[in-house]
Amino acid sequence: MKTLKIEDLSKNFGSTEVLRKINLEIDEGNFLVLLGPSGCGKSTLLNIIAGLETINEGNVFIDDYNVSKVEPKDRNIAMVFQSYALYPSMNVRENMIFGLKQAKTSKEKIEQQLEKVSKFLQVDQLLERKPSQLSGGQRQRVAIGRALVREPRIFLFDEPLSNLDAKLRVEMRREIKKLHQQLKTTVVYVTHDQTEAMSLGTRIAIMNHGVIQQNDTPENIYNKPSNTFVADFIGSPSMNLIKGILKESSGEISFSVSGSNVEIPIKDYEFIDKSNLNNKEVFFGIRPEHIYFKKSNESDFEINLRADLSEYIGHEQIMTFDYANQEILAKFPSTIKIELAKETKLYFDLTQTSLFDAQTEERI
Amino acid sequence: MQDSLKSSSYQQLEQKSKYTNMFLRWFLYFILILFASYFIFPLYVMVVTSLKTMEEIRQGTLLSWPSGLNLESWAVAWGGRGYGAGDTFLRPYFWNSIKMVVPAVFFSTFIGAMTGYVLTKWRFKGDQWVFLFLLFGCFIPFQAILLPMARTLGVLGISNSVVGLVLVHTVYGIPFTTLFFRNYYISVPTELVKAARIDGAGFFKIFFKILLPISAPIIVVTVIWQFTQIWNDFLFGSTFSFGEAAPIQVALNNMVLSSTSVKEYNVDMASAIIAGVPTLIVYVLAGKYFIRGLTSGAVKG
Repeated sequence: MKTLKIEDLSKNFGSTEVLRKINLEIDEGNFLVLLGPSGCGKSTLLNIIAGLETINEGNVFIDDYNVSKVEPKDRNIAMVFQSYALYPSMNVRENMIFGLKQAKTSKEKIEQQLEKVSKFLQVDQLLERKPSQLSGGQRQRVAIGRALVREPRIFLFDEPLSNLDAKLRVEMRREIKKLHQQLKTTVVYVTHDQTEAMSLGTRIAIMNHGVIQQNDTPENIYNKPSNTFVADFIGSPSMNLIKGILKESSGEISFSVSGSNVEIPIKDYEFIDKSNLNNKEVFFGIRPEHIYFKKSNESDFEINLRADLSEYIGHEQIMTFDYANQEILAKFPSTIKIELAKETKLYFDLTQTSLFDAQTEERI
Repeated sequence: MQDSLKSSSYQQLEQKSKYTNMFLRWFLYFILILFASYFIFPLYVMVVTSLKTMEEIRQGTLLSWPSGLNLESWAVAWGGRGYGAGDTFLRPYFWNSIKMVVPAVFFSTFIGAMTGYVLTKWRFKGDQWVFLFLLFGCFIPFQAILLPMARTLGVLGISNSVVGLVLVHTVYGIPFTTLFFRNYYISVPTELVKAARIDGAGFFKIFFKILLPISAPIIVVTVIWQFTQIWNDFLFGSTFSFGEAAPIQVALNNMVLSSTSVKEYNVDMASAIIAGVPTLIVYVLAGKYFIRGLTSGAVKG
């Protein structure tokens, strides 16, 4: 049984296609993050799961039950919003029990739930206050509390941290993580912040233009991006995508860039499809953090590149190198001194590379 | 040497700016008092004239102080002289106006709130057009709808009645009240409605429990606006009602203009004040909310 299953879902607003043939499955207790740039349809998808938006095509199942045409209140879900959406005229207590009262829950049960949740979230001292008298973090907690008291099957979070300042955001992120570890409820969480996505999710679905680009564990998203969009979207600075050609001679595959006679051997790379590799135009992907100043693995590939630019950001520095007129970014500890406009010896970690077809931009 | 020279010239400058400031302050007060008296002057004339006897009015000047607190003209304006035909006085018409204004203000405000709620929180296809047409209603001159409205009232069988006037004012008020509420609700986050839907609240519950409790500022604005409009209306009142069903503004006109005997300025002034007092009361009671409501949304709170 899948806690949540989305089948061939499409949605358009007028002539604008917002979601195209979305398929998604979540197992019980998973924390799925929908990640993508603004306008990619992630919030619309969340609203559809909640039942706040209608569907043009496809179905949504919760616990194998088709809820496509079921009212939001009957879907056994709870949602936390970006603006918290606490009812301004009600105090914290009334806010938290509003849903239970609508569902005609017994008084004892309501009191019991309220006490349990407010203690758990440490808002039991704030019950008589109005939302306007709370700080940002407290509002956030009450909003989560309002979702918790209903004991839903699925929690939906719509960018819940983006209204908080940087420091509080990191704190609340950890609290949400703790919350999920303790309660083990299924969560669908929308964000455009990759750090949030990486740290919270047990699975991440990266979306762009209404299509899921990759739905995988955070490790695979980072290490094995399935296309150049994912490779570029995740990581800061993003992955270097070096355009060049693959050459195959007597079983040995190598990568080279036009305008340079350096050949990078591709040895232990796990190809999805090993056929027709000779003379294939590809992007050679390597993350800035996988370019080293000192040789650290036996398989590291030594290369001389000219340093063009240095950006100092405290604990580390981002260096820009020139590789046959293509920019290569690398991240080093700021203690390393590199002279600009000079050839520098660098090491590519070949165990951490990705290859993409230059035409389809898909991983090969 | 140079330093002491400098400090003395600074002292001079300081002194100078002090005088300039003092002068500007007095000038400001002078202007303010001038304008205040300009606006309060007609009211002063009305009040003193209403307290004079006709004898005093004929002999004294417009501004002269009344000889005593003579309330007779007020009594006449409110309750008449007690003889039968031709004696017009305000009391019955005052109650007509109250009976007209209270339901008309209530219904137009309530319907405006509902419409504003639907137009912002339950968007539907073509809702901008509905809003546009409603806005259009704000710009239709009163005179243009007199004939069709008279016909409508006739068909409904409520012409020349307070009920008919309530209907006219409610219908004519909806474009304005809708505009007010729509503009207020558009700044209320729609996520509130989404949250309430997930919590299981329906269309009316969301309106009454979530939105209406935070609408106090705009309700006050709308009530003041509608009350003033309806209470002060003369055109609809004089067109759609006559005789006993007339509202106070029509009665006031009849009293002042169709007096057969000598013009009784004291009674006229007293009547005019009586007809204007309710709007003044509403402004005084709700005035500070009026400003707050108009500027809310302008400043992020």
